[in-house]
Amino acid sequence: MATITRAGRARPQGGAGFEMAVWYLIRLSGLALFVLALSHFAITHFASDPADQTTQWIFGERWGGLFWRTLDWLMLQMVVFHGFLGMRTVLSDYLKGGTRTAVLMALYLLAVLIFVMGTVAVMSAPVGLVR
Amino acid sequence: MLLRYRGGAGMVAWGFHRIAGVAIWLFILLHILDIWLAGANPGLYDDLLEIYASLPGRIGETLLGAALLYHALNGLRVITLDFWPRLTRYHKQLWYACWVVFFLVGIPGAYLIIAPALGLPTLRG
Repeated sequence: MATITRAGRARPQGGAGFEMAVWYLIRLSGLALFVLALSHFAITHFASDPADQTTQWIFGERWGGLFWRTLDWLMLQMVVFHGFLGMRTVLSDYLKGGTRTAVLMALYLLAVLIFVMGTVAVMSAPVGLVR
Repeated sequence: MLLRYRGGAGMVAWGFHRIAGVAIWLFILLHILDIWLAGANPGLYDDLLEIYASLPGRIGETLLGAALLYHALNGLRVITLDFWPRLTRYHKQLWYACWVVFFLVGIPGAYLIIAPALGLPTLRG
């Protein structure tokens, strides 16, 4: 049965539609990012220091193996879903009609661009880059 | 106007969540661009890294970390209330618990980020 709280956006009523899928996806990707994004921040700012994170460090150590590249690519997917669906909710609160449609189309295009650029970065970067 | 606002904890929690979320989203755009640069133009990326490692850069990263931590903790609170609605009775207490964790993690975290730029010691080798 559907329950409604006012802590976040109320769960959409009326069955399994697109808005309901968005509502669940925001929360699922949010849970994934609670682990992935916070551990990413802890690795890059607490366990190591940005001053040492040169391209050599990224390709030699951080992305030296398939495991970290896969994990970071998973994080990219969660970020694209969570960030852009979240921005869709925010923008829809302040825009309506044709303006909303046009801005959301631009937002989705930007999401595709960000996903492609991040995928290219994590997949095509050489292992142990030699400069 | 701002000081006389009487929206209460729930409304403030929501407002902070939204502002932090949009700020993180803006940083994500920059962050995907910079990591893309690392492969496309390594020299330019290493130049950008010097800005990230500078004191102003580190203050920015501390603010980013604060936004990320608040959004993550309050997001967990929102999910908790969505799936266990009876806990909504304690939504304020859960929000205060978020702030306790925020400062417990955030104060040492902020020190670790800022310290290297000021020549202060950290536990890192």
